[in-house]
Amino acid sequence: MKYFFSFVLIVLFSFLLSLYMSWWSVAVVAFCVCMCLIKKPLWAFVTGFVSILLLWGGLTWYISAGNNHVLAHKISLLVLRQDNPVMLIGLSAFIGALTAGFAGLSGTLLGRLVFEKKPEITEV
Amino acid sequence: MKILYCCISLLITIALIVLLGTRYVAPLPLGEFLSPQHGVWYHAEPLDKNFDETLVIPALKNDVAVYFDDRLVPHIVAESEEDGFFVQGYLHAKFRLWQMEFQVFAAGGRISEIVGDAALDFDRGKRRLGMVYAAENLLKEAEANPQTRMMMDAYTAGVNAYIASLKNVALPVEYKLLDYRPEPWTNFKTALFIKEMTRTLAGGADDLGLTKLRDFFGDATVRLLFPQVQDSLSPVVPPGTVFPPPAVVPQPPASADSLYFKTVASNGGALREIEKPDKDNGSNNWAVSGSKTASGAPILCNDPHLNLTLPAIWYEMQLTTPTMNAYGVSFPGTPGVIIGFNEDIAFGFTNSSRDVMDFYGIRFKDESKKQYYFDSAWLDSDIRIEEIKVKGKPAVYDSVAYTVFGPVMYDAAFPSKENGREALAVRWKAHDPSNELLFWYHLDRAKNYDDYKASLQYFTAPAQNVVFASRTGDIAIWQQGTFPARWKGQGLYIMPGEDSSYMWQGMIPMEENPHSVNPERGFVSSANQRPADSTYPYFIPGNYDLYRGIAINRHLSEMQHITVKDMLNLMNDNYNVFAETARPVLLKHINENVLQGKEVVYLEAVKKWSLRNDIEEKSATLFHIWFDKFKKQVWQDDLEQAGMTEYPSDGTLTEMLLRNDTTFAFADNINTTETETLSDVTTAAFKEMVSVADSLDAAGSLAWGKSKNTSVYHLLGDRALPFARTGLPVGGGKHIINATAHSHGPSWKMIVHLLETPEAYVVYPGGQSGNPGSVYYDQFVDKWAAGEQYEAWFLKRGDKVPEKKVWEMNFKKK
Repeated sequence: MKYFFSFVLIVLFSFLLSLYMSWWSVAVVAFCVCMCLIKKPLWAFVTGFVSILLLWGGLTWYISAGNNHVLAHKISLLVLRQDNPVMLIGLSAFIGALTAGFAGLSGTLLGRLVFEKKPEITEV
Repeated sequence: MKILYCCISLLITIALIVLLGTRYVAPLPLGEFLSPQHGVWYHAEPLDKNFDETLVIPALKNDVAVYFDDRLVPHIVAESEEDGFFVQGYLHAKFRLWQMEFQVFAAGGRISEIVGDAALDFDRGKRRLGMVYAAENLLKEAEANPQTRMMMDAYTAGVNAYIASLKNVALPVEYKLLDYRPEPWTNFKTALFIKEMTRTLAGGADDLGLTKLRDFFGDATVRLLFPQVQDSLSPVVPPGTVFPPPAVVPQPPASADSLYFKTVASNGGALREIEKPDKDNGSNNWAVSGSKTASGAPILCNDPHLNLTLPAIWYEMQLTTPTMNAYGVSFPGTPGVIIGFNEDIAFGFTNSSRDVMDFYGIRFKDESKKQYYFDSAWLDSDIRIEEIKVKGKPAVYDSVAYTVFGPVMYDAAFPSKENGREALAVRWKAHDPSNELLFWYHLDRAKNYDDYKASLQYFTAPAQNVVFASRTGDIAIWQQGTFPARWKGQGLYIMPGEDSSYMWQGMIPMEENPHSVNPERGFVSSANQRPADSTYPYFIPGNYDLYRGIAINRHLSEMQHITVKDMLNLMNDNYNVFAETARPVLLKHINENVLQGKEVVYLEAVKKWSLRNDIEEKSATLFHIWFDKFKKQVWQDDLEQAGMTEYPSDGTLTEMLLRNDTTFAFADNINTTETETLSDVTTAAFKEMVSVADSLDAAGSLAWGKSKNTSVYHLLGDRALPFARTGLPVGGGKHIINATAHSHGPSWKMIVHLLETPEAYVVYPGGQSGNPGSVYYDQFVDKWAAGEQYEAWFLKRGDKVPEKKVWEMNFKKK
């Protein structure tokens, strides 16, 4: 439940912050959410990664499908040297996911340092 | 340990953000570039995008409505001219911002700012040609005139209103790729754009190469290889037209024979050459009078041949105010409608191709270039320091000396390809003050022949054949521009610049420019050929075409009861008059006895060729390769030793052979001991062709359409190849009415039938949107390639908003 809650928070705030701020606000969001809510480093990475993978992957897929992939055909040729819209969408999602994954991991690791003196809250 | 893990993880995160968010490591900041909310995905325009929009612009005088049709062509309905031009500027920026700014950066020599020092020589060439100086001179005139001042101010304000509203994410994709931002637009940039078109159409001269040729072979040979009047010329104004005696009779200087026509002075070095206009730049236009049409109303046609680019050079639109209602194409970067029609008249252009650029040798006192020798005294030159900013590097400064002739384009700091370190000043008509915007201001509003003619006086450069037809039945064509009255031979070669005797002595009065009004033959036409036959009393060198004019005039003379469909067919005509003339020459001289196997088959194919450059014609490819190889065999050895890289035109070579083929000395290859005959080189060229054709055939690209590979490239060329449209199935080519070459040709095709309400059929190889992610980016390309045209929706002022409206933009005052 906690991970799902983190996932929702990351997706929601990443989307909202990106309306006004730079693309790497996804990293800031993943960092903060994981620092406050997630204790296990591996899960922090996975939560950050999956949240943005789905957010960016979903958004780019939605945008590109509505465009009949007209742009994705051209940009994939430019960036990947091959005509492959799906791969471009995958790359977009992966780039955001990787950044958010490491940001989430960093958040949790820092959180453990900062909060370690405090009494542990037993997990249910 | 925990601290270490934390630090490593943080470092990786920061490294990722730097790697993916900047250009320090990768050429593109992929994180930002591929973010769905920041980057390139923004440009993936939904197929069903709704272009409806309402904007509040307090600067407007009244509300303005813009109706878009299904091709995204705007029909602006404004209550004042200011508002009309404001909205035109806004729409140009909204749909074409990157290209309009990029083109003026190119015009003013600022490409290094965007791409780095690879473009430095390009930029220096533009500065040294005096492009900025020319634009400043135009701007002064245009801003001194209340009408054009209003046009420019309103247009600039419109462009800037859009730029000010532009969020980072909405920056056109090219800005994101090249990593820069748009600057505010200015009236000066509009002036620069106009000068860039002038340079494209009238910014070339062969003076330097011809001087080399003269030094080597003498004046007589140059006259033979680059003749002024071709035997088969079909001029713009009908032969037999009587010209009045010239008002200006220029006198050659006393020293011309000894100093100018015969000098032998050579310089070493072969270094730089500024970008020259494409030799293929040309166009067709014609108008037929009601006496020749089925409807009894005139029909006007125009297709300007330019480099085909995406985004297209043209933006189609209609602009209506209480005082004007013009439809046609505009240049993103310039207010007004450039080629088109209104309720009463239609107008179109072809390039005059006349030479309005000359070079003068300058003697500087010393390397500082501060003084030069002129009329027995040392005059101070005006040194202009050009600052060229370079991306990622310190700015480069270039000093250009301005003389009584104009800027010294080539000198020791910028040596010319042909003449090395010699200082050469350029005298270019486009440097003179002028106000071409005023011409279009009046032309867009013209109601009849008199209005059209009155507008022409403001048009000085690039000189054009301006075709005209009116609803009331008049047709006309004027070759309009301001031309120097030259003495015979003046300006063919570099002229001595140490005194005033070689300067231009006067300009040809407009009334003496070649023109034809309601001629008996019932049509007027032009296709970049020489405007008049040899009875025209002025010396008018130029880079003229020969065969398209012959083909057009041949058809129009014969045609009767003409319909729009006939005109469409004529514009798409692939018949090759050049090949009709040149094929018999080649066939006459080839030695068939030495041919065998495949060679015999290919020769048969050339003999049986229909003379049409249709897509599937393999024989057309054979002929063109054969002639190109032949041409090279004839000229290369002779002209290379003289240092001339331009060959005489195809027409000149063909006509020389038609006149006299027995003593054609150029056939001999001077680099061999034997004496080659015409038959030898024709046959050798044929054999060369066969081996090229064989490999083309093996690759499946021998058919004319395949071998020509018609393509429309993005303005960034190879850097943005995925944004291009390549391999389009289009016939035609050089010398043909359908002048579609590899990436050059009809950039706008228009037929206007001047009925009570004008009826127009139009197309261009592009689309209204400059966004490569929009379906409107290349929407018209396939229709254009198929030789078809759209019926234009001409909105009459006061019409109820009609069913053809698909979207509506409203510009509200409040």
